[in-house]
Amino acid sequence: MIAAIAFYILASVAVGAAFMVVASRNPVHSVMFLILTFFSAAGLFILMGAEFLALLLIMVYVGAVAVLFLFVVMMLDVDFVELKKGFLSFAPIGGIVAAILLLQMIALGAAYFMDGGRPLVAPDATMTNLEAFGAVLYTKYAGAFEAAGFVLLVAMIGAIVLTLRDREGVRRQSAVDQMARTREDGVELVDIEPGQGLG
Amino acid sequence: MIDFAALPILQTVIAIPAEDPGWGLWVLMKLLQVLGFVIVLALLVAALVLADRKIWAAVQMRRGPNVVGAFGLLQTIADALKFFFKEIIVPAGSDKFLFILAPLIALVMAFLAWAVIPVAPGWVISDINVGVLYVLAISSLGVYGIMIGGWASNSKYPFMGALRSAAQMVSYEVSIGFIILTVIFVTGSMNLTEIVDTQAGGFWNWNMFRLNPATEFGLANYILTPVLFYMGVLFFISALAETNRPPFDLPEAESELVAGYQVEYSSTPFLMFFFAEYVNIMLLSAMMVILFLGGWHAPIDIGVQFLPGVFWFFLKTAFIFFLFAMVKAIVPRYRYDQLMRLGWKVFLPTAIVAVLIVSGVVVLTGAA
Repeated sequence: MIAAIAFYILASVAVGAAFMVVASRNPVHSVMFLILTFFSAAGLFILMGAEFLALLLIMVYVGAVAVLFLFVVMMLDVDFVELKKGFLSFAPIGGIVAAILLLQMIALGAAYFMDGGRPLVAPDATMTNLEAFGAVLYTKYAGAFEAAGFVLLVAMIGAIVLTLRDREGVRRQSAVDQMARTREDGVELVDIEPGQGLG
Repeated sequence: MIDFAALPILQTVIAIPAEDPGWGLWVLMKLLQVLGFVIVLALLVAALVLADRKIWAAVQMRRGPNVVGAFGLLQTIADALKFFFKEIIVPAGSDKFLFILAPLIALVMAFLAWAVIPVAPGWVISDINVGVLYVLAISSLGVYGIMIGGWASNSKYPFMGALRSAAQMVSYEVSIGFIILTVIFVTGSMNLTEIVDTQAGGFWNWNMFRLNPATEFGLANYILTPVLFYMGVLFFISALAETNRPPFDLPEAESELVAGYQVEYSSTPFLMFFFAEYVNIMLLSAMMVILFLGGWHAPIDIGVQFLPGVFWFFLKTAFIFFLFAMVKAIVPRYRYDQLMRLGWKVFLPTAIVAVLIVSGVVVLTGAA
């Protein structure tokens, strides 16, 4: 009973917050609603007994990805009111994407129920979440896992290539040089006679 | 229907009988535990703020707070009362809702992480299997309080402070993650209680030292000794950066940014930020004790426990906090580029190499 109530609360908050991501006028508020959506989704994972996945979702998406979103949204000086003027012209494309997604979800749900409603928990009940993940991720899906890692590596290298510029005449600090300095190279003690000056 | 009592994350040290959920009682029990934790933490924060100021004063050969109460013991309470009774000023151009929300987020996230911290055998609100991950996840959310607070103030210095803080906390979280990974490999568990239990029996068994060849990895323990000791030191330094403590207090660098993200805050919201900062410092001191310094176990095991486990836990945490305070008094502030260089070019590569060494030892000695 409580689990059902919790599910409906979390699910309705997730859907409502997801709607507000699109609907809210202030982009920073949008990101905040996005975070709320992630949180509700994490709550749903916990209800299914997948606490590892839930915490990973919070750590990766809320703790890192959404922080970067917030960073970008705060830094960019984009006139979002101006952007939203063309909103209706994108509506057909958005509608088509939404319709395809809806169809896919309906198909997924139908397939699930036709199969007699398989349990969503790990096949071996004695395993913890983490062990269950590791047991398939590094054996059965090791290839796919490593491929995903390579895709991320390519993305990282791509970001570096796009932003790294080799400019002439840039002064850089070298930490090694700074730390290798001694008192002798930096300070010269001069004993000056009174009334004579340096020159 | 999902069985409420069978959810792993909700299972606690106080065993719930499977046939009789009695969840009303359970909720009441948990609420009392949470209340107890919050009250004790609040009192400890009051004591720690005073200790911080006293230690800092002693290093600078001053007396520190000594007027309110004997030895200034009531100084923090007087300060807190002052903050409560002041007027809350919300800047005219600010985003009012987020402006008030930000300190709340900071404070709630700081307390939330304590839900899985075991302070003595069985003294934990929720003993979950992925405790380490939970602490990492929740502490990574603390940055939102600072970022939103800095942005919602609609002012230059808070915004700069917020940006600095976000970049700093995200950077050091990465290396903290890798450092904790070495401990997880060695102990083979993400449950904080189990991590502490593998370090029982004297300081030579603690993760930071691992000098006992009779334990799990045999003589390979001596390969782990320098690596894990170094990881312990790195964890401490990363904890300084994660809590925005000096020498990494750039988000609030008063000489350049006035007070960073909290410039526009006054009264109770400011107090909340302040409170959250100290609760976070305590959390990371406690994590250091749990992961590297044997939790509630006594430094030398004489077979009989005269003192409750929580005493040792508190003593060790207080010692780590003392180190926090000493670093604040002794080390000058880093430049921002030095801070980033240290995080990404020194800590992260060494932590990754340490993960490789530790996982290699664990696999080769066959203990896994």
